[in-house]
Amino acid sequence: MSDPFLDAHAVVRRPGHTLDVRLTAERGDVIAVIGPNGAGKSTLVRALAGIVPLDDGQVTCDGDIWEGDGADRLDARERRVGMVFQQELLFPHLTALANVAFGPRARGVPRRDAERTATEWLTRLGVEDLAARRPRQLSGGQAQRVSIARALATEPRLLLLDEPLSSLDVGVAMALRVELGKHLAAYDGVAVLVTHDALDAMTVANRVLVIDEGRVAQEGTPEEVAQRPRTDHVARLVGLNVLRGTSSGTTIRLSDGAVLVSATAAVGEVDACFSPTAVTLTVDEPVGSARNRWRGTITSIAPHGAAVRVHLDAASGLIADITPASAAQLRLVPGSRVWATVKATEIAVYGGG
Amino acid sequence: MSTRSRSRPALGRAPALLLVPAGLAVLFLLLPLVALLERTPWPDLPSRLVAPDIVDALRLSFITSTLAVVLVVLIGIPLAWTLARVEFPGRALVRAFVIVPLVLPPVVGGVALLTAFGRRGLIGGPVYDATGYSLPFTTAAVVVAHAFVSLPFFVLSVEGAMRATNREYDVVAATLGATRWTTFRRVTLPLAGPGLLAGLVLAWARALGEFGATITFAGNYPGTTRTMPNAIYVALQADPDAAIVLSVILMVVSVAVLALLRERWFDPAVQGATRP
Repeated sequence: MSDPFLDAHAVVRRPGHTLDVRLTAERGDVIAVIGPNGAGKSTLVRALAGIVPLDDGQVTCDGDIWEGDGADRLDARERRVGMVFQQELLFPHLTALANVAFGPRARGVPRRDAERTATEWLTRLGVEDLAARRPRQLSGGQAQRVSIARALATEPRLLLLDEPLSSLDVGVAMALRVELGKHLAAYDGVAVLVTHDALDAMTVANRVLVIDEGRVAQEGTPEEVAQRPRTDHVARLVGLNVLRGTSSGTTIRLSDGAVLVSATAAVGEVDACFSPTAVTLTVDEPVGSARNRWRGTITSIAPHGAAVRVHLDAASGLIADITPASAAQLRLVPGSRVWATVKATEIAVYGGG
Repeated sequence: MSTRSRSRPALGRAPALLLVPAGLAVLFLLLPLVALLERTPWPDLPSRLVAPDIVDALRLSFITSTLAVVLVVLIGIPLAWTLARVEFPGRALVRAFVIVPLVLPPVVGGVALLTAFGRRGLIGGPVYDATGYSLPFTTAAVVVAHAFVSLPFFVLSVEGAMRATNREYDVVAATLGATRWTTFRRVTLPLAGPGLLAGLVLAWARALGEFGATITFAGNYPGTTRTMPNAIYVALQADPDAAIVLSVILMVVSVAVLALLRERWFDPAVQGATRP
């Protein structure tokens, strides 16, 4: 088997924490890096870009050694990387067109050709009519499109996106997420997308790397990680409810004695997973067909994307995503006693025989 | 109504014990300037402005201070960038040295320049022995003296502007393939533009008014080293009216500089962006 397109082992030591992550990828891979704040996601991206030197390990991309293995370390500018930052960081004194043309020109392309390339990329990102504007005349979404065009215009072999959507309004982020997925799918290098939003990972990436405290907590396809998170912590990070129990048929007996009903049959030790959006909260005891119900106290309420994320102390800790409207209607505050219900068809069961 | 709110401030009246000295301070600053204008021989101002010695001094001052600013820009921008962007041991010390001419009495600066570049100076000595060239008491010496005193103003202003711009722009430029030189030329320098302009005007104004270091290091020879301040000093003894005319000219230039810098230094909204 040939060497992977990107083969990185990034070790960066800082007082109090260490990043130690292995990452391999093939051409065309889009890897989402998920983790809590301070997990080392940005450090990983900056190490790959050559901005932060490695203390140990190596980076090889497309057959070239970028760092480690006894070779001379390549500077950021010598690596073919493109980078998109959370704050767009467009050069404020240059027009959108000049921003995108900056990379090709810095690499020696004549101005006319660089500007033609820049126009092409602005067109692909749908912002060609903003070419003459300065960054302060652009909205957040427009500026981020320009900055994505700027990163891609240098034809990088490794594209690094550090929370590119998290500073945008929800609606804008949603539209750009879909489009970003399209561009990344068409991109023939390796893309690494840092995010703390599981939705980004699920919609855009074909592989997910969960990082926690500087280490890989889990790696796999988005489906694997979301549906079979290896630890409670990963489950919480990717925002899924995971309950462990013993299944016989479609009935799962949880460790705390409660019984769950799922639509799929299994036998033995299983994980029952369901999305936070599948959880319904009510103040009164629910009536109807939902047989999976818990009564619990709300421990926290926080905005989560377009929704409101509610943590309950029921079972081993439940997460529910509800609309802001229903949170207001139910007058939910930490300490409220509520009922949580989940339909049997919403529960995916993993493990068992 | 605004008068009402002014007469009854929310925190009570401002104490007279502070207001009276404050008013005196303003008077103290303003009175000499008013007196200068009052004593100006306005009717024969035009004829005096074209008097040969005044024209000579004016021309010399503008030429030398402009050349000094060119010199200051050529070496000041690299120094400001190095202080703002390169981490090296002793950087704080270098920055302290840059500020020294700012607080050094100009006369002392002139003496120091003599000991360095004079005919028997540290560097001037060997140069004189080898080539017979002596810098002091020439027009070039005026330029050197001006540059010496105005360099700190320029460096501090530009370095402050470079520090104030987001360092992440340098990172972006690097990932886009730019060398540090390209980044300096196309990103750092343009973004420091306003601070650079402010530093330029400040340095020029400081050079224009330079007296102590110039007269010590370059002397006071009509036509070659007698700049405006030197001419004022001489005129005051022989022809006070001429001194007043020269002073009014310099004052007008200073006020013009103030007007140029007004937006950058007195608008609180942009103050943080350029001040060191």
